[in-house]
Amino acid sequence: MTAPAQLDRPETDELVDRPWVAIVWNDPVNLMPYVTHVLIELFGFSKDKATQLMLQVHHEGRAVVSNGTREQMEADVARCHAKGLWATLQQD
Amino acid sequence: MRGMRFTRHRGSVRADLDEVEAGVLVQLAEEVLGLVDEPEVSGDPLAALVGLPSGDVHEPDDPVLSRLLPDAYDRPGADGTDPEASGDFRRYTDADLRAGKRADAQVVLDTVPLGGGRMTLDRDQADAWLGCLNDVRLALGTSLGVTEQTDPDDYADAGDDPAYQALLVYSWLGYLQESLLSCLEPRVPGTP
Repeated sequence: MTAPAQLDRPETDELVDRPWVAIVWNDPVNLMPYVTHVLIELFGFSKDKATQLMLQVHHEGRAVVSNGTREQMEADVARCHAKGLWATLQQD
Repeated sequence: MRGMRFTRHRGSVRADLDEVEAGVLVQLAEEVLGLVDEPEVSGDPLAALVGLPSGDVHEPDDPVLSRLLPDAYDRPGADGTDPEASGDFRRYTDADLRAGKRADAQVVLDTVPLGGGRMTLDRDQADAWLGCLNDVRLALGTSLGVTEQTDPDDYADAGDDPAYQALLVYSWLGYLQESLLSCLEPRVPGTP
């Protein structure tokens, strides 16, 4: 027999701790070098890292560009929208 | 309309435009300006008076406007994932998003040499041009329904077909944006 409290707890913590992610989606208009440029300016990625994420968007249709709290991800998605990137947030 | 290219000159970016090119850019920037005009005020007039977001701001029905002002929670093909969260996000970000796009379009209208000629842009103006060219391409590309495979050459026999003409403009804008991009090193956060 196990105390119910010990069963419930990890699940609750896991739910609370699950991070949010900001995702950039592929679209047919944005130029590849433009997406790379914006990812560097918004998130401070190296050129290599930004290029790798841009290619992931292009080939796989999406890439996670940042993670954190819901509020942080809403701010990141808003900054992506301001630059014309198609971005959404969700809990990972 | 292939002659124009942006070039770098010390701290600025320069381009020569002919009359037709300048006219097309003015028309498109004005269209974006009109599209992202301030939404009608709804909801609590008192909150609006003191600048607080109020009322509901819904996702636009128009696909072009919807692409310029995207939903923050709907994954592609999954409309209405979390309408309440989407609405809240829009309520707090919509006005700034629209204002930023209007500001970029206004810089283009203020700097484009009417009737043709040379323009010289400082870095902030060049960034606004980059943003506005992207908005204009998003609007035009969405209304034309372009895909990654779209190629104006496929319409080569179309001659005066308006869709063909619009695709030529779209493809010229892409060339223009790429040329401007090649003049701009990304400005990384935390550096002047």
